[in-house]
Amino acid sequence: MSRPISTRSSLESVFKGWPPPVLDPAGPYAGSISVLSWVLFAMAVVVLGVVLAALGVALFGGQRLKSRLGGQAVIWLGGIALPIVVLTALLVYGLSLTRNLGTPAPPGAMRVQVTGEMWWWRVAYLDSSGKVALWDANELHIPVGETVVLELRSADVIHSFWVPRLSGKLDMIPGRVNLMKIKADKPGSYGGQCAEYCGGPHALMGFVVVAHEPAEFRRIMADRQAALASKPPSGGRGEQLFASAGCAACHRIAGTPFNGMAGPDLTHVGTRRTLGAGILPNNRGTLMGWIGNAQAIKPGNRMPPYSVLPADDIRDLALYLEQQR
Amino acid sequence: MPEANAARGRKVMARVGCASCHTIPGIAWPQGQVGPALQGFAAGNLISGQLPNRPDVLAAYVRNAPEVLPGTTMPAMPISEREARDVAAYLYTLEP
Repeated sequence: MSRPISTRSSLESVFKGWPPPVLDPAGPYAGSISVLSWVLFAMAVVVLGVVLAALGVALFGGQRLKSRLGGQAVIWLGGIALPIVVLTALLVYGLSLTRNLGTPAPPGAMRVQVTGEMWWWRVAYLDSSGKVALWDANELHIPVGETVVLELRSADVIHSFWVPRLSGKLDMIPGRVNLMKIKADKPGSYGGQCAEYCGGPHALMGFVVVAHEPAEFRRIMADRQAALASKPPSGGRGEQLFASAGCAACHRIAGTPFNGMAGPDLTHVGTRRTLGAGILPNNRGTLMGWIGNAQAIKPGNRMPPYSVLPADDIRDLALYLEQQR
Repeated sequence: MPEANAARGRKVMARVGCASCHTIPGIAWPQGQVGPALQGFAAGNLISGQLPNRPDVLAAYVRNAPEVLPGTTMPAMPISEREARDVAAYLYTLEP
């Protein structure tokens, strides 16, 4: 049989951009890092070439060349002067190239709090006064062409936020707020991944950033705001089960009495591209598999298996959740 | 089933996440436990313990199980009829 494949390696068909290419920037903040990487790589190639040439001379060169290469002047010039000049120039170049990473964001820029949790991401869109306007999880929507400031935090251990096509990595450190700017030049979805080992299922801690045209983005956010005010109870079996099976102890659905904050917010789970924090496609089957036994899918994560529930209950819960849009 | 392609079927199964519930040879992750493991499917037991194990029935079942077998736990999956035939073809390669 051919090599086994995995559902995660197939996510490209669910949202464009998986696995996220590291040197294919889709915005200015990833762009400068990408240019710097290529310049460093090119310099390293040149240095390697020079060193190999010197090695060639030392091994196979004539006596005259060899004695010249072994002289004091070569050591002073090639070993000390040249590196000082080249590395200083590179430092100045690198700092000026990546200056856009450190400058403050334009005033009035959209701000979002992203909190690393074991092993998912809590997302909170902030209003202009810095209060939480909307909660979400594991997926971030942004407008194309606008700089968005992320306030990166951690709720437990050190995580690292990394959406390679939009920016570099930045650690999420307990007790600190680290600011990161992201900006996407084109609409699309961009995959991310926790880049600092954070225990058990760290490798299964993914993230999705979705960039929309500004008008479309504002429509989505306005719809979500409007839905907060009026979410009529479905009255269905799934909703009753959500209460009776205890889902609401950890999960919140805005506009309902379900207000657990320990796990990911499920208010818009039906619209998400992925489940389980950027690892599974989102459909009725994967929802049922996740609810039934998330431990088999993402071993060690904090959602217990619900294999105690009858199959009908798992299906009705999945039906209820896919309606949360 | 002419035109059905088992290799393509395996990719379809990986893509839509069948393995969230089933442990499937050839799909490394996930290895779900909620539904039956599918190793040995080619041995030809009844589908879901009830339906005749024929290619046409199987292809219909993997695409829209509740329509074929009302009351079954397995949900309809977002795949086309052609993809469903490919999935069935792959299942028939799973020897015990």
